[in-house]
Amino acid sequence: MKTLTSSPLAWVSRALTILLGCVWIFPLYWAINTSLMAEPNTVMRPPSFIPRPPTLEEFDFIINHSQIIRWYFNSVVTTLAVVIFVLLLSLMGAYALSQVRFRGKKALYIFILAGFMIPYATNVIPLYMLMVKLKMSNTYWGIILPQLVNPIAVVIYKQFFDQMPLEMSDAAKMDGAGEFRVLFRIFVPLNLAITWALAIILSIWTWNNFFWPYIIENTTPMMTIPVGITQTQSSYGVHFGRDMATAVLAAIPTVVLYVVFQRRVAQGVAITSGIK
Amino acid sequence: MSHAVEITDVPADTRRSRKLRTGNPAVAIPLLAPFLVLFLAFIVYPTVRVIMLSFTDADIAGVGGWIGARNYARIVRDKDFWLALWHTVYFVLLTVVPNTLIGLLFAFLVVRMKRFRGLAQALFFLSYVLPVSVVTQIWLWVLEKNYGIINYIFTLNVSWFRTAVPAMPATAFVTVWWTVGFNVLMFVAGLTAIPREYYEAASLDGARGGFKLFRFITWPLLWPVTSLVLVLQLIAQWQIFNQVYLLTFGGPFNRTRVVLLYMYQQAFNQQHGGYGATISMALFLIILVTSIVQIRVLRVRAL
Repeated sequence: MKTLTSSPLAWVSRALTILLGCVWIFPLYWAINTSLMAEPNTVMRPPSFIPRPPTLEEFDFIINHSQIIRWYFNSVVTTLAVVIFVLLLSLMGAYALSQVRFRGKKALYIFILAGFMIPYATNVIPLYMLMVKLKMSNTYWGIILPQLVNPIAVVIYKQFFDQMPLEMSDAAKMDGAGEFRVLFRIFVPLNLAITWALAIILSIWTWNNFFWPYIIENTTPMMTIPVGITQTQSSYGVHFGRDMATAVLAAIPTVVLYVVFQRRVAQGVAITSGIK
Repeated sequence: MSHAVEITDVPADTRRSRKLRTGNPAVAIPLLAPFLVLFLAFIVYPTVRVIMLSFTDADIAGVGGWIGARNYARIVRDKDFWLALWHTVYFVLLTVVPNTLIGLLFAFLVVRMKRFRGLAQALFFLSYVLPVSVVTQIWLWVLEKNYGIINYIFTLNVSWFRTAVPAMPATAFVTVWWTVGFNVLMFVAGLTAIPREYYEAASLDGARGGFKLFRFITWPLLWPVTSLVLVLQLIAQWQIFNQVYLLTFGGPFNRTRVVLLYMYQQAFNQQHGGYGATISMALFLIILVTSIVQIRVLRVRAL
């Protein structure tokens, strides 16, 4: 094994891996490159692989001539609300399903699991009708509410709670702690790593959700970032630099979130897919 | 270990702890109620409603009358639906297995890294965290006909998303580029979970060469992850909408119109809520049947 990992061949394959990775992510680099160019330079031949000179004029234009700041705000509000409520609801539900004994628990769990087998996309029409009837289209609630029931979080929390030693909660309860106290004082702190991983991956998913916000929000000021940026493309004339500046601005939050919380994201993916 | 058992044994009087556990079933109500109310409102109710709608001629406001199975009679004979279904099948074929295999390949490369492992993983994963509309804007530029860098490098003049033949493969490729990172992370987690001793034992037993180790150790031990990735992929790709909507808008000449896009157009553009619901039901049944078959055939353990 040692000869395999330190042989020159292994080093070449590692160098090629990094090279392949750079090629793979090149389109993102190319977008950043274009976004920093003055418009005439974007169609220059031969194309320039670094912006010379770099300029922020397209960013300036987008920030001042579109509602992108407003869309950021909308995305932040709805994402925070969805993630916090999903975690809270899932924690409580999973605790009941894991730790409280009541009749029909197993049937209820199977019912919940079966409900989650229903693809989100096939329920869009009745969901839209419902939210319109509740006068919630073009409101934050319209985006948030249907996203609050999340399959994965409940199942994951239940799996982790099932593995908690019984003695812990028993001891706390003998000292007079109620179920809510046991949940938030013992179960939550002991499963903090999972909560963090879930929070990060849920944030990325919710922030990036396109289909539902696109359907339920059709006025420009209520759009989220992923929906809003599809509105900025000018119908006449080409503005590659401007389009790429928009794309880069829209990409920043989740990219930063990933770069900062790389390990949590990896954990999040691993636990959401059952590999712990 | 034995020490811990001694300590915890003290309060764990079994009779007592069972009494505490069974203690008060009513406490489940405040814990579960918020979740269940939302579950009923946003999962169960819409599911029942979409079934009912599929038997009506409702508009997109939900107003309409019962027309029996007429929508179903219509969908069976609807050429546009079958064409959309075929396009979706084509997209599924172009994405599910390639996305899994490319994810596996990248994961192999990542786990062989030493110092720059985090970097390699980030390079393959980063595109996954981008919003879909950012991904499509980037690729519309990279694959632009006259000024796109790809056509420039390969001295081509292809209009990738507006020509019938390359439109769907190009859309599938963009999808793989966007989503493969998730599969990479799953495979990396799966690969690192395989104990090193297995490989050492196998090489002691004379299994030389990478292929044999892969065939008899890596592949079977990784199968739970691989099969899970395949199932998740299939469910996700049947529901293709965003990338097609943003890259080709179903064109050219509806050549990339997929089932969900057809549903969207029927329901939201043409105001046919009832027929849109019928298309939703068809897609739902297709997803249900194919994933059950897949789970059986692949013997998925994780689900």
